[in-house]
Amino acid sequence: MEALKMENITKIYPNGFVANKGITFSVQQGEIHALVGENGAGKTTLMKVLFGMEQPQEGAIYVNEKKVKISSPLEAIELGVGMVHQHFMLLPSMTVAQNVTLGMEPRKNGLVDTQKAVQITQEMSDKYRFGLDATARVGDLSVGLMQKVEILKALIRGAKVLILDEPTAVLTPQETRELFEQLKLLRTEGHSVIFISHKLEEVMELCDNVTVLRHGYCNGTHPISELDAAGISRLMVGRDVVLKIEKEDPKPGKPILEVRNLTRTNAEGKKTLNDVSFTIHEGEVLGIAGVEGNGQSDLSDSISGMVSYDSGTVKLNGKDLKGMKIVDIRSAGMSVIPEDRMTVGCVNDLSVQDNAIADRFDKKENMNGIFLDKKKAKSITDALIKEFEISCDSQDEAIRFLSGGNIQKVVVAREFTSGANFVVANQPTRGVDVGTAEMIRKYLVRQTREKGIGSLLISADLNEILEVSDRLLVMRQGRIVAAFPKANVVDVDELGEYMLGIRTMTAQEMEGVL
Amino acid sequence: MNIRLITSFGFSVLRLSTPLIFAALSAAVCQKAGLFNMAAESMMLWGALIGVIVSGATHSALIGFLAAVLAGAVTGVLIWVATVKGKADLMLAQIAINLASSGGTIFLLFALTGEKSNSAVAIKSLALPKIAIPGLKSVPVIGPILSGHNILTYGAIVAAILLSIFIRRTKTGLHIRAVGENPHAAESVGISVPRIYLLAWTLSGILGGIGGAFMSMGYLTSFTKDMVAGRGYIGLSASSMVGGSPIGAMFCALIFGVADAVSNQLQLTNAPADLVLMLPYIVTIVVLVVISVINYNRANRKAKA
Repeated sequence: MEALKMENITKIYPNGFVANKGITFSVQQGEIHALVGENGAGKTTLMKVLFGMEQPQEGAIYVNEKKVKISSPLEAIELGVGMVHQHFMLLPSMTVAQNVTLGMEPRKNGLVDTQKAVQITQEMSDKYRFGLDATARVGDLSVGLMQKVEILKALIRGAKVLILDEPTAVLTPQETRELFEQLKLLRTEGHSVIFISHKLEEVMELCDNVTVLRHGYCNGTHPISELDAAGISRLMVGRDVVLKIEKEDPKPGKPILEVRNLTRTNAEGKKTLNDVSFTIHEGEVLGIAGVEGNGQSDLSDSISGMVSYDSGTVKLNGKDLKGMKIVDIRSAGMSVIPEDRMTVGCVNDLSVQDNAIADRFDKKENMNGIFLDKKKAKSITDALIKEFEISCDSQDEAIRFLSGGNIQKVVVAREFTSGANFVVANQPTRGVDVGTAEMIRKYLVRQTREKGIGSLLISADLNEILEVSDRLLVMRQGRIVAAFPKANVVDVDELGEYMLGIRTMTAQEMEGVL
Repeated sequence: MNIRLITSFGFSVLRLSTPLIFAALSAAVCQKAGLFNMAAESMMLWGALIGVIVSGATHSALIGFLAAVLAGAVTGVLIWVATVKGKADLMLAQIAINLASSGGTIFLLFALTGEKSNSAVAIKSLALPKIAIPGLKSVPVIGPILSGHNILTYGAIVAAILLSIFIRRTKTGLHIRAVGENPHAAESVGISVPRIYLLAWTLSGILGGIGGAFMSMGYLTSFTKDMVAGRGYIGLSASSMVGGSPIGAMFCALIFGVADAVSNQLQLTNAPADLVLMLPYIVTIVVLVVISVINYNRANRKAKA
């Protein structure tokens, strides 16, 4: 029986972004159904629609073959749809039982019947072999167990269809295996599971059917038995519009940035960088591709001095950057176009001018004694606005009133004119319009070729990474798993297989390309 | 030191702590719901004034007391309306209401009586009864310290216990804590966050109102301008120190009560009066620092383990 069907779902966000376009998919009772797709393919939006967190413009949802309207998560829960969010909705100071029964606490004599709450929670946990202690404080549990609490919360509310949004992203391999056993147990009990994941080996191992989304469209539902990982990868990764950037071959000069054996463990104890080594030379763009969350952000932050790392070295122009202040790293020749322009790239409430000169207002030539040389500041900013075609009413306007593309142009303008000979560009065109994106890409290539700077480009946009980069590395789980000497001849299907972990290059294969 | 001095000191500690306990409980309810209550000051001020006016008009201490409670509750609800319905900033709304209450209570007093600083002459208001505890009264030392207090002094202790049970053991109390810890998590299981806020502010207002009633119908028997004099803020500190636990907040309030009493005693000596009056506030700062150092170290140790 069809436990759930979403028919012809179209969701367009107010800013015009089409997240889902005519998607139809259905989940049978007692099946584990994978929903896969690249970042931004529309998986999360589709699940938000299903869970009543977003309202689609078109389409219908059927639960148990009855048409329903889901306008809030509560209604979804009542219809037997449960969701385990990537970010847990838990109360760390309370016990497992309190968390599980929150909002539906058993009562006795007007007070909460703690014993009963513990009892029903424990029974449920034992039934599905979750191994939870109902009286433990949630804050003391491991991430894997917290996830179990979330699943239990959904089950106790009568969920028949369980949505798991990248559940294994936070788990150790052992915890992942355990989770799979429990999900299979749920399947035999007649529950349906929607399993959202990037990890194809997990999809192959666990799921019965897979639905692939790409750029907001549904790329079909297939039985897992008819596909192999490479096949799924081909359905997921693809270039719709091929973008071309004219550029001659690089003539790499002497090394500018040398990264050796860089290793970092994050606050959760997970190794986000694992023995990463590479070199970037004058006049070349090194691209790093990978599914987001495989250590790219930590790499960019470690190199630019935003976070510290466990071991390894980062040398810029022959200088070891370890322990240096950011201002000193910048004067050693680094500029950074950060991933998150609104928190790291600019100061929202300051003017365009203040943001444009943020790195140079204290330089001697821009000062008038102890005061800022306002005339100089204005002329610097005017020149940048002109060169980078930044559209703003005035340079005294707060930068947050500009469009995303123009804000990014201000950041890019500042970073490209800082006088540095090395630039880290982390997702430089994310969320900006097509025209601006093209301009930023061309500028990056031009700067590299003409001025001989070295560039590190990190991007989840395959078009961009393949066209802009000269050499290309692939990161997965904090490691470099592949290296290509020429990015624009790399086969997309092959790249997808490295990104998704179907293939890994050996050290010998990568030798000379790092 | 003679026994009399000790007993009178002990007695004054309890007396001086009473409004602080109510203020602390008022802050504690809000803190559990994740709200920062700086407005206990206003709740108490309105409670104090309305208690005096209504008890004077009706010749009933009980009706006056109930009116004071209502006045406190209305103040709390007002903050809820401004911040939840009107989307005003919580801090700014509370600063505004505190400034408005300081002036507004004086204005209302003046409009009704023509007096600007004290209601004693114009309004024959009533006090709430004192209670002598029969068995306890005759026990040496402890008896004179614990017996013969205003009914609200005992009420403060009962309120702390009841509030503690309410927060820890009832469904609604659990929901207040859930909202305080993670509103999204609470919302995701169908708990209405605005409703919980309304409840917290109302309850907080009621407790503040009772504290105010004690100020003008127990501690003193008239309303004087700005008579709450920062007790709302001291209550807030007391609650903050113990993470909003009602019983803990009560004990913290008692520590401040001791500082208050010491300050009162020292005023009778040659010690410089201005310095002595600072004592309770200095104690607040010192205790706050000590507690945060302890918490910081504990968190550090836990992180290392």
